[in-house]
Amino acid sequence: MNDSVKMRKAMTAPYTVWMAVFVVVPIALVVYFSFTNVGGKFTLDNIKAIGEFRGTYLISIELAFVATVICLILAYPIAYSISRMKDERRQQTMIMLIMLPMWMNFLIRTYAWMTLIEDTGLINTFIKWFLHLFGYEFEGFSMINTQGAIILGMVYNFLPYMVLPIYTVLTKIDESVIEAGRDLGASGRKIFTMIILPQSAPGIISGITMVFVPAVSTFIISKLLGGGMTYLIGDIIENYFLGNAGEVNYNVGAALSLVLMILILISMGIMNRFDKETGEEAGGII
Amino acid sequence: MKNKKSINIFKRAAFVILSAVMLSSFVPLLCAGAADVTINVYNWGEYIDQNLLTQFEEENPGIKVNYTTFDSNESMYSKIISGAANYDIVVPSDYMISKMINEDLLAELDFDNIPNYKYIGDVYKNLAFDPDNKYSVPYFWGTTVIMYNSKYVSEDDVKDKSVNLLWNEKYSGKILMFDNPRDAFGIALKKLGYSMNSSNPSEWDEAAEELKRQKPLVQAYVMDAIFDKMESEEAYIAPYYAGDALTISDENPDIKFYIPVDGSNMFFDSMCILKSSEHKTEAEKFINFMCDPQVSAVNSEEVGYATANTEALNYLDPELTENKLIYPESDFLKNYTEVFKNLPAPIQAVESQLWTNLKIESSTDGGETASGAGWIQIFCVVSLVLIVLFVILRGISNQRKKKLWRKPADGKKEVYRQL
Repeated sequence: MNDSVKMRKAMTAPYTVWMAVFVVVPIALVVYFSFTNVGGKFTLDNIKAIGEFRGTYLISIELAFVATVICLILAYPIAYSISRMKDERRQQTMIMLIMLPMWMNFLIRTYAWMTLIEDTGLINTFIKWFLHLFGYEFEGFSMINTQGAIILGMVYNFLPYMVLPIYTVLTKIDESVIEAGRDLGASGRKIFTMIILPQSAPGIISGITMVFVPAVSTFIISKLLGGGMTYLIGDIIENYFLGNAGEVNYNVGAALSLVLMILILISMGIMNRFDKETGEEAGGII
Repeated sequence: MKNKKSINIFKRAAFVILSAVMLSSFVPLLCAGAADVTINVYNWGEYIDQNLLTQFEEENPGIKVNYTTFDSNESMYSKIISGAANYDIVVPSDYMISKMINEDLLAELDFDNIPNYKYIGDVYKNLAFDPDNKYSVPYFWGTTVIMYNSKYVSEDDVKDKSVNLLWNEKYSGKILMFDNPRDAFGIALKKLGYSMNSSNPSEWDEAAEELKRQKPLVQAYVMDAIFDKMESEEAYIAPYYAGDALTISDENPDIKFYIPVDGSNMFFDSMCILKSSEHKTEAEKFINFMCDPQVSAVNSEEVGYATANTEALNYLDPELTENKLIYPESDFLKNYTEVFKNLPAPIQAVESQLWTNLKIESSTDGGETASGAGWIQIFCVVSLVLIVLFVILRGISNQRKKKLWRKPADGKKEVYRQL
């Protein structure tokens, strides 16, 4: 073994320790708790108990899915137009503007949405006032405490995670390839579907995972914007760990999060296949 | 060239100054670490006059207070048993205290270190949850009340002072409800005329039915957000704790409240020291400080809850002590209120199950949410179909491309034709 290999090994040591302590051990604990009862004996009851939460899993996946699709629809054009800007400094400014909301605390931003979309919130008050000027009386939209509000919260909070990876891959596309396509007589649509889209697939894939995974497991957005009316799977897991529903049960909570993890892994696996089909250079996830 | 150098020097100077500033912020921490003792106090949110903490630290040099808050007995309890954090003083409510005593989590107090305990009224000593009063010193007590906004809720609907107001369809979508099972089920059980500490599972089932019936009328299940939503008139009706209701009605004078005659919960929040505490003497000093009549009066004035410190009543504004909603007559308390008891484990499991069912049911039925869920499902199906179509189309075009590669001779024509 030569020195440079030794050196490299030594440099990975802190990260290996970090991963072992904060990733491997917690996952092992989740698995352990899922298959044991309160007394620490092996049981499958926790996994069986999950059946009754089928509806909640479905709702969580549904809402996270919708939020992810909306994020993609919003993020792609933005990332594309920023990456095509000639002036590099302007590009950086735009990216900074997209990152800007993330400098504020996640909870505060979500609280702010609460006061915006309440029945007596800013948006409704403004619309009512505006229509009142023209002599119309308006009841106001009911926006908060609905599933739509939860989706809004997810889209708002996780949109930057979609823009950034797509932007990164788009800037790497060689301009000359596009020019070559144009020289060969490809239409704008053709250039997009045959050159730009396949090459940006790795970015799209990691964007989708970076939005979908936190969205499907969120619990605070549904609590604040959903008013506790729609329970997502994250809420139930939280309840079992904190005992907010009356009893503390790590075992069922762990089983629930284990199933969620497996679901996420499966969907990531499907995404990976999809990636290989479309992009010539398969990009890793995240 | 020279210019660049001067910029460099400037940069370096700025760096040195910045790091000096950052380092200096650690200095007090380092100095403090040597001699001082830090006690960790874990209390309910918005439940203390923060200035008192500074006052305590000034009066007791060498003791620092690290103050953190929780929003439900259950979350406090789960944090303690997880062993993740190290607290000295906690302020649980009645039923949680008896649970923690049973589980041997609390330390016996040394009342020689808490001379101010003598100011606590006799009626607040030796309560059922701590019969020999070995583990707890009362902090505040209160009742659960029902708030309403008199601008929107007609007098006729509130004159019978009943919990039925929370089930009144006239105010559908303007009613808030407790987001914790103990208080929510307590109200439903009282509505049916049962005890809040019922150990009969079928009574709990009936209560769950009541809550299910109420659900379509409820705007949101919230705890601390009640402050905001009631003050801004987003909601008109909500049950909450008396002291907080008083604070809210100070902010918005239209908001009034009453103690429901169907029965209400009377709660005691008491200061306890955990068995795991390493600074028990200092913690007892803190409890003693909080029992000082003047301190207790200042605190009570700030948070709006009733104090158990009879001496402190002399220092309080008579307007507060004569408020029958905060300090109800003892006869009224005896006849109309009930103190939570620690539920037996099987009932706790029933409670947890029923509460979870209530909360997850929303997603499948209920008027407004159902129509909202409709378009979400349509959206999901449509985008799934689009994705599948896209994959298939790509697959076909990829295969065609492969074919083109195999036969380069006619492939050339094919490529041109395609473009």
